[in-house]
Amino acid sequence: MTSPALPAHSTRRLVDLFEYGLAAPICLTWELTYACNLSCVHCLSSSGRRDPRELSTSEAKAVIDELEAMQVFYVNIGGGEPTVRPDFWDLLDYATSHHVGVKFSTNGVRITPEAARRLARNDYVDVQISLDGATAEVNDAVRGAGSYATALRAMENLAAAGMKNFKLSVVCTRHNIPQMDAFKALADRYGAQLRLTRLRPSGRGADVWDDLRPAREQQRQLYDWLLAHGESVLTGDSFFHLSAYGQALPGLNLCGAGRVVCLVDPVGDVYACPFAIHDEFLAGNVRDPGGFTGVWRESALFRDLRSPQTGGACASCGFYDTCKGGCMAAKFFTGLPLDGPDPECVQGYGEDLLAERPADRAHLPRPSQDHSRRRPVDLPLPARRADLERPPVSDCAQDPLAGLRLARTPSPQHEKS
Amino acid sequence: MPTVNADMDIDRAWDLHPQVSVRPEPFGALLYHFGTRRLSFVKDLRLLAVLRALPHVPTARAACAQAGVGAAELPRFTAALTALARSSMVIERAAP
Repeated sequence: MTSPALPAHSTRRLVDLFEYGLAAPICLTWELTYACNLSCVHCLSSSGRRDPRELSTSEAKAVIDELEAMQVFYVNIGGGEPTVRPDFWDLLDYATSHHVGVKFSTNGVRITPEAARRLARNDYVDVQISLDGATAEVNDAVRGAGSYATALRAMENLAAAGMKNFKLSVVCTRHNIPQMDAFKALADRYGAQLRLTRLRPSGRGADVWDDLRPAREQQRQLYDWLLAHGESVLTGDSFFHLSAYGQALPGLNLCGAGRVVCLVDPVGDVYACPFAIHDEFLAGNVRDPGGFTGVWRESALFRDLRSPQTGGACASCGFYDTCKGGCMAAKFFTGLPLDGPDPECVQGYGEDLLAERPADRAHLPRPSQDHSRRRPVDLPLPARRADLERPPVSDCAQDPLAGLRLARTPSPQHEKS
Repeated sequence: MPTVNADMDIDRAWDLHPQVSVRPEPFGALLYHFGTRRLSFVKDLRLLAVLRALPHVPTARAACAQAGVGAAELPRFTAALTALARSSMVIERAAP
């Protein structure tokens, strides 16, 4: 984002203007489905299974019509894995032919050579391939076996189709911070642009946040790396809390929740930001009578978020003006007060508060949606006793034949398998 | 391509790039270029008026005059327009 050399009398910074919100979002994330072929351990939206209430094709198109009327220039489509929706390509074409550009995030599962050629032909589409390790070992530990190979094949297909400058999107963790140069090389190899984002304690991310979040010295390492690479690496404004190290990072450096960003989830619920899927940050639903426009412009929650922040416990900190107290969702899901420091505050104030929390995590808010796939419970079954040819008979068995042993005529369920 | 540091020639005819959309906002406007995928903020209502006037007048200088930009402010507005031209938000058009 840029601002032309402005006449000197416009002294108000953009970030101050944005605190009061915009007529329409700049950056709208739209998760098309909770269905996903992967089950990444840090999934922000706890995705896995489709929700039966997900927006239909015609409802989704009505949302696109609204976005066009509001002049939302582009949407960031995600999920779940958006490409597993059967109408994904139809919705993509509908949006781009209605002046709503699309950038979509994918793990690459459906980016075949043919799909890649189709994407490369459409100027209004950008693709973001998710990868959380520059090696299969680091990536697959978080995103699942085979996901590294899938992502690389997708990037190969996109590059071969002539798609330029698509994004390689990485969530920064303790294990991949040492791989930043390798990620950059990987992106360069495919003519892609590297995009780094912050691990948030949202969705399933809450369960792994303590183990995966970058160590304190890694935060500094990341900050230095980002400063050295400037605008050639994208961050989606993820790391503005690191600006308190000194120099502001490129970007708006502001929590845009409800002001310039919001999330539409697969069932049409509108949340203040993609990292805050919780009733506390639910502004309305696109199926409400006023539609998405009504929610964006009228919701009490959004109006509230558009009043200037006070700074709370951070007001006296010399760095408040650069970090603005950090990420609201990160505070919320770690149980810290919203008007206090970010849990990863570089001055260490967040760590102090985290240390004061009770050892068990029962007090923490849980996301209001969980579509994680139900996995079979892996309970060890007791081995059958060798001296029994059939299950033991309970003392309460009423059947007069209970325990009767019929010689050589076992019924099927009594056969040993 | 214009030279990077030279100001645009405000005595020629200019217009917004056909792939640029303008979205009015309380503080001014957002410009989005669908080709370059770049977003730009105009937080001066008179600069917005200049941009809106560009296609209807023969020169950028005339657009500035129509938006009430006085001689003293002209260099600043020229600089702002130059920045927009450098990012292809504003392009030269054939004189009417």
